[in-house]
Amino acid sequence: MIRLWFKSGAPWIWLNAAAVSTCMIMVVGVLGLVVVRGVGHFWPSQVVQFSYQEDGKQPQIIIGEKVDSSVTPAKMALSTGHKMADDEETLIQYLIKTGNRDVTGSDFRWIEERNIKAQSEPLDLMVIERQEWGNFYGRLLEVKEDHKTIATGKEAWAVAQSKIAHTLTILKEIAHLEKKEIGAINYALERLRLKQRKLELKHELDDVAKQEIAAEKEGYEAQYKQYQVQLAELYQQTRRDSLVATTDSGKQLEIPLGKVVRAFQPNAMSLFDKVVHYGTKLVEFLTEDPREANTEGGIFPAIFGTVMMVMMMSVIVTPFGVIAAVYLREYAKQGFTTRLIRIAVNNLAGVPSVVYGVFGLGFFVYILGGNIDQLFFPESAPAPVFGTPGLLWASITLALLTLPVVIVSTEEGLARIPSSIREGSLALGATKLETLWLTVLPMASPAMMTGLILAVARAAGEVAPLMLVGVVKLAPTLPLDGNFPFLHLDRKFMHLGFHIYDVGFQSPNVEAARPLVYATALLLVLVIIGLNLAAIVIRNNLREKYRALEG
Amino acid sequence: MSEINSQSKYSSLIKESSGGVHERWRLIKDAVARYGVVIGGLGVIFAIALIFFYLLYVVFPLFISATSESVSQYEVPEPASGKTLLLEVEEQNEVAARFTDTGQVIFFAVATGKTILNETVKIPQGAHIVSFAEGSPIKGGAVIYGLSDGKAVIVKHKYKITYPDNVRLITPSLAYPMGEAPLTIDESGVALEKVAVKIGDDASTIAAKTTDIVSGTSKIHLSHFEKEKSLFADEGTLTRTDSVLDYSAADVTDILIDKDERNLYLVSSNGHLGLFDINDKSAPVIIQEQIVVEAGHKITSVAFLNGDLSLMIGDSSGLVSQWSKVRDKLNHFSMEKIRVFKVSDKAVTSIESEQRRKGFMTVDADNIMGIYHSTSEREMLKEQISHSPAVAAAISPRANAVLVESEDGKINFWTLDNQHPEVSLRALWQEVWYESYAKPDYIWQSSSANSDFEPKYSLTPLVFGTLKAAFYAMLVAMPLALMGAIYTAYFMTPTMRQYVKPTIELMGALPTVILGFLAGLWLAPLIEEYLAGLFALLMIVPLGVMLFAYAWQYLPKNLQQKIPEGYEAALLIPVILLSSWFAFTVSVPLEAFLFHGTLRDWFKTELGIGYDQRNALVVGIAMGFAVIPTIFSIAEDAIFSVPKHLTVGSLALGATPWQTMIKVVLLTASPGIFSAVMIGLGRAVGETMIVLMATGNTPVMDLSVFQGLRTLAANIAVEMPETEVDSTHYRVLFLAALVLFMFTFVFNTLAEIIRQRLREKYSSL
Repeated sequence: MIRLWFKSGAPWIWLNAAAVSTCMIMVVGVLGLVVVRGVGHFWPSQVVQFSYQEDGKQPQIIIGEKVDSSVTPAKMALSTGHKMADDEETLIQYLIKTGNRDVTGSDFRWIEERNIKAQSEPLDLMVIERQEWGNFYGRLLEVKEDHKTIATGKEAWAVAQSKIAHTLTILKEIAHLEKKEIGAINYALERLRLKQRKLELKHELDDVAKQEIAAEKEGYEAQYKQYQVQLAELYQQTRRDSLVATTDSGKQLEIPLGKVVRAFQPNAMSLFDKVVHYGTKLVEFLTEDPREANTEGGIFPAIFGTVMMVMMMSVIVTPFGVIAAVYLREYAKQGFTTRLIRIAVNNLAGVPSVVYGVFGLGFFVYILGGNIDQLFFPESAPAPVFGTPGLLWASITLALLTLPVVIVSTEEGLARIPSSIREGSLALGATKLETLWLTVLPMASPAMMTGLILAVARAAGEVAPLMLVGVVKLAPTLPLDGNFPFLHLDRKFMHLGFHIYDVGFQSPNVEAARPLVYATALLLVLVIIGLNLAAIVIRNNLREKYRALEG
Repeated sequence: MSEINSQSKYSSLIKESSGGVHERWRLIKDAVARYGVVIGGLGVIFAIALIFFYLLYVVFPLFISATSESVSQYEVPEPASGKTLLLEVEEQNEVAARFTDTGQVIFFAVATGKTILNETVKIPQGAHIVSFAEGSPIKGGAVIYGLSDGKAVIVKHKYKITYPDNVRLITPSLAYPMGEAPLTIDESGVALEKVAVKIGDDASTIAAKTTDIVSGTSKIHLSHFEKEKSLFADEGTLTRTDSVLDYSAADVTDILIDKDERNLYLVSSNGHLGLFDINDKSAPVIIQEQIVVEAGHKITSVAFLNGDLSLMIGDSSGLVSQWSKVRDKLNHFSMEKIRVFKVSDKAVTSIESEQRRKGFMTVDADNIMGIYHSTSEREMLKEQISHSPAVAAAISPRANAVLVESEDGKINFWTLDNQHPEVSLRALWQEVWYESYAKPDYIWQSSSANSDFEPKYSLTPLVFGTLKAAFYAMLVAMPLALMGAIYTAYFMTPTMRQYVKPTIELMGALPTVILGFLAGLWLAPLIEEYLAGLFALLMIVPLGVMLFAYAWQYLPKNLQQKIPEGYEAALLIPVILLSSWFAFTVSVPLEAFLFHGTLRDWFKTELGIGYDQRNALVVGIAMGFAVIPTIFSIAEDAIFSVPKHLTVGSLALGATPWQTMIKVVLLTASPGIFSAVMIGLGRAVGETMIVLMATGNTPVMDLSVFQGLRTLAANIAVEMPETEVDSTHYRVLFLAALVLFMFTFVFNTLAEIIRQRLREKYSSL
């Protein structure tokens, strides 16, 4: 019976089906994993207070969020050095995020379930997100203004919240002053210095020019001093007030309000509060700068950098890709040359992305960029302008990398346009260019769009070449700002994909940064899947349309 | 296309009928556009060629030989002040120094031979110079003079660089690091016949050979000076330790002390090499004594290679052998002959080491200069430098100039262009015996903190890692992707296929950085914890699928009919999930029972297989995941586009669907499937982020699936941002990129040609 069944081939078909199922499970599983972990990051989880006592040690209180748990069979636990009683079958451990890195030295600790004497979720437990040292977990004792206690006990919470809100507006003002105003002055001063150097190189730096430059410089410096005074005063204000809180070990800690990002009591929050909290955290994530070596705060510069790079790349890759596809479909005689071009296209698609990075670094950055610097920016030597990795080179490198995507997609679109349309246009006396420009290309534009979208999706997720030609872990300025000439193609930029690599693997506190990496990964996955779905939809519509045309 | 010809005919018609400006403009535009498009189209070929040739252009200088050029020749400056003992050139190749046997130091311009400064070393009345030796040239160029009264003078030559009026000016001077008063080495006051010195920051060591006047026996003195660090005074007091080596030193011609002042080498002209451990300066211990040249030959010159880890010994037969202190398995040290260079047929009269690299220069009795590099075993240059015997030779600190004095009283100044001697095909691909290694090995270790590091550029471990990662990835991806493609293209219902295919292709659009991140931070710890579960999964899931399939045919017919053929994949999803869950649950107690603890420990203790958390298994799974969509998509297309009449014919002749699949469809589509696998392999070979994040990036050569690896691509990503432009390391990384490029070029071109053939075949069917 079984032999007959095998002979029929059915089991092999089932096994092949299993392969498809496995692939589907893997895809959905990976997407699900990213979604679940990424979405959960902003939700305020309950803070638990444990009474904990290890064998032969003093009982202690531990306050923190339960992050992870592990169950180990007794035998394995024994082999890894845990003491197990005879009647215990498994060892259950929890990973607790206890925060307070400034006090304990680490953010996380593993505890064993059997040592937990009691656990509760008191409403007054507080989490403070800070500018440095990560989260604080504990209880609020009092609020101080100018070293004097102004509120304690129950009313302290409300006072603290209003104080925090006040300090945050000051901090915002400081950030504005530092980034926008002083940033602009620094930029202007740097341009002045370059101007002076340029004149000097041309031997045109006479006394008139010198005086002009000096006067201008003086103006900026006066402005700068004024801002400095303003800043000092604002900083003074942020340092004035502070919160006093106790940690789980009973230690009192004074946290200056200038260092507080937000404070909340997750156990006391209603569902609505939590949703609001989630929303604000999400907005912060999308619109703010990163804090604490990228492990906290937002990823706005990375989003911005990715978008800028992808836009620049699109501008470069579209014309080239379309022209190459038009040549292949409309102009070239099908034969040896087109075969050669197709092989070249396939090779461009198949060359490892890191090789593009190497090529971009050597050819674009050092050769092209180095020569541009010598010709046009002799005044900034020895500091390179374009002779160093930056936005422009990254965009060009990725344009080269995504060229085959655009070519293949456009060519497919051109192939679907019935030749009767071309012939009709030519018969009416249009030149080939007019036929192309006025009928064929507009009809193929959705296909170009598809190609472009796929290219953008590819570029948004590519990291290896960017690591060599322009991405940095933390860019001090965005490539687009209010300073002339507004678009700074020579600047380095941040990128979502590199952000994931950097924070997930290069940051000093990987464990604490992990949720943020999942959130970033989720964002990137959403963007890329969205782009791909859009491309698929456009392509399907196009197919339908031409099927109708042909019919 | 055919339109082109007809078009040109039409355009000529138009031209004749209406010669208006507008018409002409239209035609001009058309022609310009045509050329523009042709150029754009051919630009693709240009782009790929540009990448290839640019990589080649950067890599090429690695393999060219050195060149030399004679710049000038002039009379020896101040010939009256004695015979030259040593020539030295400073960093910028502007000033050279000539040390003479009368204690004079003549600094002269390298280009012209004009004397800049003539200094006399302070030698006490009544004594004269008997011996002379150069300390390490790197730290301020110390030399020692052994005097006839048992004393020694140590002198440093220094070069101060200033920029008056923006012009570089180099001012040479002499200094006495151990004080101007001569140091007494031998109390009895006999002449120091041979001397050696090493001046360190905190300690200095001097060795000298003397012969007792009464007994006529020779001995080696060792004096060590250590600076006592004092908090208050800059000048610490020196503590002196003296000892005498227990060695019959009558034939000793050279004494060498290494830069750590831990080893002392005695070289005798009869070919004996003695190695002493002088860690304890008061009690030197002989470690080994052996004959280092073939019988009948003599040692004619000896020098440390940069770093003082190996000795280059030149003999009268024209061989230069490299000897390095090697530790064997029992932790015993001995001198081993690492390699031999056949430099000449005549005796090697002089060996000068480069100061920044492991290269050296030789001069033989025929006055032929040779430039060599030890690691790569390359002969970079051979050049006749003069026609009368050489007296002294010097290679500049940057190894870009050579100064040779010949017996006819001339000095020759040569410039050298020797950029990348460290690399040869041998050094890149074969086992190389590096200094202080027990045996030849494949090692990639491109940089280190100290300057006298021997770079190890063996690409073999990287290529090995690349292939290993690709192998495991293909092991995961090929069965899943190909089986999936077969089922999706041929057995699955069209409605389901419409969703399944884009979903799996979407998998290919996932950024690899996310896959790498998940592999490194989520999968790797998971596999480490549930290793046994993974193995159980591999066995239990196929079994579960088969059991379910077998049971399926016994289900009531009406239930079977509700779910027609082609939906097997959907049915199997819960089965697979369930059996996976079962595999993991069952594996935990099973692991504890069978392997007494964890499977990992069992592997380690029973089989001696170590476990890295980020290993080839993790990479295989993660990269397999990335490669599946590529292979799946192309293979599915190939199978799906097999003409229907072939399959229908086969089925009509009574073959089962499976037989049709194997005998007809797969056979017809096999070139397409092959090209899918090729492209998948190309992708696996070049993938960067996944391997970068999911392995420990250790360049080891270990086949074990539980060990890490480093691939060419990851290596480039890690090291490229830190390398100096146009350095050897930079070019070697470009070479790695070129290798990757060639690898994928071959796979992709092959795949594309096969696909083009296949397309033609299908269209003819």
